[in-house]
Amino acid sequence: MSSDNKPLVRARNLTRHFDVSPPFLNRVLEGKQRQFVKAVENIDFDIARGETFALVGESGCGKTTVARMLVGLERPTSGSMEFDGTDIALLKTRREMRQYRRRMQMIFQDPYASLNPRWRVMSIVAEPIRSFGTVKGNDAVRARVFKLLRQVGLGEDDAYNYPHEFSGGQRQRIAIARALATRPEFVVCDEPTSALDVSVQAQILNLMKRLQKELGLSYLLITHDLAVVHHIASRVGVMYLGHLCESADTRTIFSAPRHPYTKLLLETLPDLSMQGRQRVPMAGEVPSPMNPPSGCVFHPRCPYAMEICKKKLPERQNVGHELVACHAYQAEK
Amino acid sequence: MSEQLLDVQDLRVMLPTRKGLLTAVDGVSMSIAAGEVLGVVGESGAGKSLTGAAITGLLEPPLYIANGKIELEGKRIDNLSYSKMRRIRGKQIGAIFQDPLTSLNPLYSVGRQLVETITTHLPVSDAVAKRQAIDLLKEVGLPAAEARIGHFPHQFSGGMRQRVVIALALCANPRLIIADEPTTALDVSIQAQIIRLLKRLCREHKTAVMLITHDMGVIAETADRVAVMYAGRIVEVGPVKDVIKNPHHPYTVGLMNSIPSIAREVEWLTQIDGAMPRLNDIPDGCAFHPRCPHAFERCRRERPNLIPMRNSQAACWLCKKEGADEQRQ
Ligand SMILES: Nc1ncnc2c1ncn2[C@@H]1O[C@H](COP(=O)(O)OP(=O)(O)OP(=O)(O)O)[C@@H](O)[C@H]1O
Ligand SMILES: Nc1ncnc2c1ncn2[C@@H]1O[C@H](COP(=O)(O)OP(=O)(O)OP(=O)(O)O)[C@@H](O)[C@H]1O
Ligand code: SF4
Ligand code: SF4
Ligand SMILES: [Mg+2]
Ligand SMILES: [Mg+2]
Repeated sequence: MSSDNKPLVRARNLTRHFDVSPPFLNRVLEGKQRQFVKAVENIDFDIARGETFALVGESGCGKTTVARMLVGLERPTSGSMEFDGTDIALLKTRREMRQYRRRMQMIFQDPYASLNPRWRVMSIVAEPIRSFGTVKGNDAVRARVFKLLRQVGLGEDDAYNYPHEFSGGQRQRIAIARALATRPEFVVCDEPTSALDVSVQAQILNLMKRLQKELGLSYLLITHDLAVVHHIASRVGVMYLGHLCESADTRTIFSAPRHPYTKLLLETLPDLSMQGRQRVPMAGEVPSPMNPPSGCVFHPRCPYAMEICKKKLPERQNVGHELVACHAYQAEK
Repeated sequence: MSEQLLDVQDLRVMLPTRKGLLTAVDGVSMSIAAGEVLGVVGESGAGKSLTGAAITGLLEPPLYIANGKIELEGKRIDNLSYSKMRRIRGKQIGAIFQDPLTSLNPLYSVGRQLVETITTHLPVSDAVAKRQAIDLLKEVGLPAAEARIGHFPHQFSGGMRQRVVIALALCANPRLIIADEPTTALDVSIQAQIIRLLKRLCREHKTAVMLITHDMGVIAETADRVAVMYAGRIVEVGPVKDVIKNPHHPYTVGLMNSIPSIAREVEWLTQIDGAMPRLNDIPDGCAFHPRCPHAFERCRRERPNLIPMRNSQAACWLCKKEGADEQRQ
């Protein structure tokens, strides 16, 4: 039985490495090493029911990989990922998995690649409804599809077209309608509005919020748009090169960030007021997850880096229910 | 005008359907000078990508150009054969598509795709091309470019793929870059890097850029001028500063208000109620009138053309009076 104060999602020491070694023969003949991309390293976080947890961080820091592990599309190399008390990675049969698939849905970063080009929108959105039996009977299914399409700002006529007949933002809305079709409890949204213009983005974000209020949905939101995070998330996790360097309430992140990387991230915000402020790209080269720096992975770019940072990985420190991993923060206390 | 690198006049893109002929792009005119960045913004489905596709000769049938002309460096390119257009694409026009996966071949490593594109368009050896490819990947901020050049598209993150596509579009030093949402999947700091790269190309190589994006922050920092599209038409165009700070068209005003901001805390974002009309029911008169808070009688009957204001132009009947006032001043 699930109790309500237990988190809906719980990730512990979640880790994922990708093997990108050269082929076996090259390794033997040319003496090349095995190589791994350390996409996600030892991550901990909880997502409560009805809350929006946002993951932010530079491109390539491992956000999508975390998301894919959460919905069971990728197996963790180690660590665990629990949904409502069950470790997803331990689910073996497809039947077992199916149960959870209905309850969690994912809106993918690349909307076009996730829509079957040979199906009309009606079939695309109806497929999960039919397969999970959310509503029964052709008329009821059709009515549900129409309602979903209207909710995301499309029309009923659109149901009879193919994905390629839509603009980028319209496709993204089809993907959102499909994700909501089975009335999931948990939705992973990977850049859900980045293909949308601001006025449609406002509609979608308002819709996501309204559904959350009405249905108690929980979201994992991945976006590079900090203004969107500020608007919709209750808590934020900041990732850097596969590590979670800070997680805290949204308000803390924006008003009193603890980790140096978070601080820098906030400084790179675009300048809409057009005061002519130049955005300073973060100094230093983005390191490679194939060969991450020693100690604190952020040290080559950190303005506060000390000797110890090069040698020792900072431990996670809890500050109430918030978390930060930085040697400098420790020193401050 | 010889200074304009790209000149589009009265472009109309039509779409035959079972229910009749629909107009997807309706009389768009725009020009971009060498070294200039023209931003194109507007509601999803407004016809931004189709305008870009028409210029690059990549309209997907049954869509076709029904009217207008497109000139690149003074030569018409809208009536060229597919193979001629193909040479122009890549060499003279670099296209960055909204959907990064469609421009990448999943079966080839990104290095191979870059080297092939470079050697097709430039007279260099494979080894030189590879060197250039690595440099370019570094310029778009891909970490460990040497080590990763042999990897396949699926081994990259969404934002990395987008940067590979940008590198592909830039590798033959095109005169004009059509960038359709090039930075949507990128975090702000990489965005800044790409923007600086685009601006440098404009400055040093006098490259012209058409930058399609919904990200006003990117427009504010990168573009010299911006065109706002709605329902297949340009409803406002002018220098970025004027359009952002002093928008005239009610749609542009609504657009500026819907941007979430960290500076203010609101429960709900302002949204422009209703949706943009679909191609089959674009209303008469001003296409924005069903959603416009200021609509009046004339808006329902007559379609407004672009009306010159002090620095910009806007297609709205309200501007008729305002414009006259401004000009009198
Ligand atoms: N199937 C794979 N094989 C090898 N490497 C992979 C694979 N999938 C992801 N990676 C690598 O793992 C790292 C993290 O990728 P991920 O897609 O999680 O990043 P992300 O944070 O979502 O970035 P973005 O914001 O660009 O989408 C990247 O270096 C990427 O190249
Ligand atoms: N191949 C096609 N067949 C039929 N209709 C199409 C096709 N491609 C685009 N459309 C329609 O043409 C209109 C304009 O599409 P376009 O892709 O240019 O929009 P956009 O301004 O780029 O929007 P977005 O910001 O969402 O990418 C849309 O209503 C779209 O549904
Ligand atoms: S641990 Fe050291 S290098 Fe890492 S963020 Fe903290 S101060 Fe900077
Ligand atoms: S012409 Fe009329 S309806 Fe159109 S934007 Fe102006 S005031 Fe509104
Ligand atoms: Mg991603
Ligand atoms: Mg588009």
